[in-house]
Amino acid sequence: MAAVLPSAGKQSQVSAQRKSRTGYFLLLPGMTWLAIFFAIPFVTLFMTSLQAPVAGKSGQYVPAFQVSNYPDALAEYWPQFLRSFFYAGIATGLALLIAYPLAYFIAFKAGRWRALMLVLVIAPSFASFLLRTYAWKTILSDEGFITSFFNALHLLPDDRILNTSIAVVAGLTYNFLPFMILPLYAALEKIDPRLLEASNDLYASAFTTFRKITWPLSLPGVVAGTLLTFIPAAGDYINSELLGSTQDRMIGNVIQTNFIEFRDYPTASALSFVLMAVILVMVFTYIRRAGTEDLV
Amino acid sequence: MTTKRPEAVAAIAGQMRSAVSRRRLLQVAGIGSAAMVAAACGTGSSDSAGGEASASAAEDMSDTEKVVNWSNWPLYLDVNEDTGEYPTLAAFEEATGIDVTYTEDVNDNNEFFAKVRTQLEQGQDIGRDLVVLTDWMAALWIQSGFAQKFDKAMIPNSGNIIPRLAEVSFDKPREYTMPWQSGFAGLGYNVPALQSAMGKDALTSLDELFDPALKGRITLLSEMRDTMGCILAWKGFDPSNFTDAQFEEAIAALTEQVDNGQVRQVTGNDYIAAMESGDVIAVIGWSGDVIALGEDFGFSLPESGGTLWTDNMLIPALAQHKKNAEMVINNYYDPAVAAEVAAYVNYICPVEGAQAEMEKIDPDLATDEYIFPSSAMLDRAYVFMELTPEQNESYSRLFEKAIGN
Repeated sequence: MAAVLPSAGKQSQVSAQRKSRTGYFLLLPGMTWLAIFFAIPFVTLFMTSLQAPVAGKSGQYVPAFQVSNYPDALAEYWPQFLRSFFYAGIATGLALLIAYPLAYFIAFKAGRWRALMLVLVIAPSFASFLLRTYAWKTILSDEGFITSFFNALHLLPDDRILNTSIAVVAGLTYNFLPFMILPLYAALEKIDPRLLEASNDLYASAFTTFRKITWPLSLPGVVAGTLLTFIPAAGDYINSELLGSTQDRMIGNVIQTNFIEFRDYPTASALSFVLMAVILVMVFTYIRRAGTEDLV
Repeated sequence: MTTKRPEAVAAIAGQMRSAVSRRRLLQVAGIGSAAMVAAACGTGSSDSAGGEASASAAEDMSDTEKVVNWSNWPLYLDVNEDTGEYPTLAAFEEATGIDVTYTEDVNDNNEFFAKVRTQLEQGQDIGRDLVVLTDWMAALWIQSGFAQKFDKAMIPNSGNIIPRLAEVSFDKPREYTMPWQSGFAGLGYNVPALQSAMGKDALTSLDELFDPALKGRITLLSEMRDTMGCILAWKGFDPSNFTDAQFEEAIAALTEQVDNGQVRQVTGNDYIAAMESGDVIAVIGWSGDVIALGEDFGFSLPESGGTLWTDNMLIPALAQHKKNAEMVINNYYDPAVAAEVAAYVNYICPVEGAQAEMEKIDPDLATDEYIFPSSAMLDRAYVFMELTPEQNESYSRLFEKAIGN
């Protein structure tokens, strides 16, 4: 007895060890991927953001520890930063307003059309992002029917939509809408209909049922959807470049200009880093507030 | 000089391009290591900017590989729109047996340079044997040792260059560059739309361009030299010779028009689509582009003056088919061929004798001032001042800030 026990213990220890090693092996592809495509570029970007220019040689930089690149970049481009978050915020809000009823409908009311409707939500993504944004140039054209309609009602301050902030926000909302719909749908679809029935049986109004059951249970979808919309929208530059005017430049445009026109890699890298940091801070605060750490 | 398409399109073009160069790399590796060794030798020397031409030369594979890889701007070569074939290029291929891979992947000088810069600096072949760059960018390539000196014996037609372009400050006896086309930056407009907005058939000055009747319906070029050249001349300064203070004054004038909403957008080639759709009535644009739009559109050089630029053919450092590229250049300095190109692209032809050849193709075009400009016209067209790298950087920053970047 006494002789058997330790050996059994050893055996289980070995198998546990083997199991834990298997776990690490399973992690390997993911970790390698992260190292190559995230960690290395991340470090390179950070080092670039601290480089100093070579005197007398435009576009050439040497490794340094020039922290002042950060305040300099911020002082120069804070308006574009604020604008990016503002536009992305409005676009995210609008996307939520549009996506929630749609996702709700697909999840609860669409019946046998559900699969088809989901395909239709994703279908526009089959065409290139750029092409779809170009299409909006035609749709929002000054002579187009949308602009003419709003102009007839005297609703447009500049008598046009294209090349205004309205067009940029509309473009952002449209382009990232599927990223809002899909997580919302996934969250709503999981809700047990018996909960809704129970609420009904207890004489809750439709509104109360929504407020007390549907909405709280869909929160993970709301959080995921807003993040998936807000983050790419804040860094986007195509919508601003194609649909905006010179007054609508976002931080992505500025980063691009610094990289390509000025060949000012440190400033561009510093801006990218600040953008990442600000978004990270916002995301953490947001997730804490929403109280869904375990769900995201 | 024609276009600035958005980055994504350029990136796609770039990817197609790099697929080609990867294939080429494999070819080179297969054929032998001589070229690789030559390329490796080139590495050290072209790192030191301003290296000798010989240091940036690779072993010429022209005799064994009958190919040329040519990068040019979009819509810059005569094309048969039905077959997608380039007639003058096809004739050249037939006559010489050289296979030309023609790629329209230069959309913007800075953008193109950003794409190939790392390879050039590390002394690698960029996979192109012939590229077309605007004066100031060509100057930068020559200064940095990114260009190869021509063997003029291979370009007997080079003597056909028009005298005005035979010498330029950045390449005095034309050893590294030959002009492809020149053009004006000036005023382009949609005639019917202008008629209904202002009751005019043509624009002749920037005062009219900045008239409140056109508020929100005009665009400017994102090419700093062209937009600022026109504005400097409008403010009464000489775009070929101005001071920092004068440039800043011109920037202030630009900022005013941007901030008051007069300027709708500042773009590359996108203005063409916006003019066609009717969203934009008038622009500072490029002569050939606007003329090619057809009857309803007009182009004029402002009374105060516009800019005159030239795009140049240049052989990049370590290009492997130099001789073949020189034969291409020679081909396009044949007046008959040059006339054929000019008839399609509507830009200023740099080849002497092309005007006589044009008589045979289209007598109307032979007297077209935008293809064969008169000296009176050239008096109003300024070549933008040559900038030091520091000036280039500080002026670009002022310009980009004014246009919201």
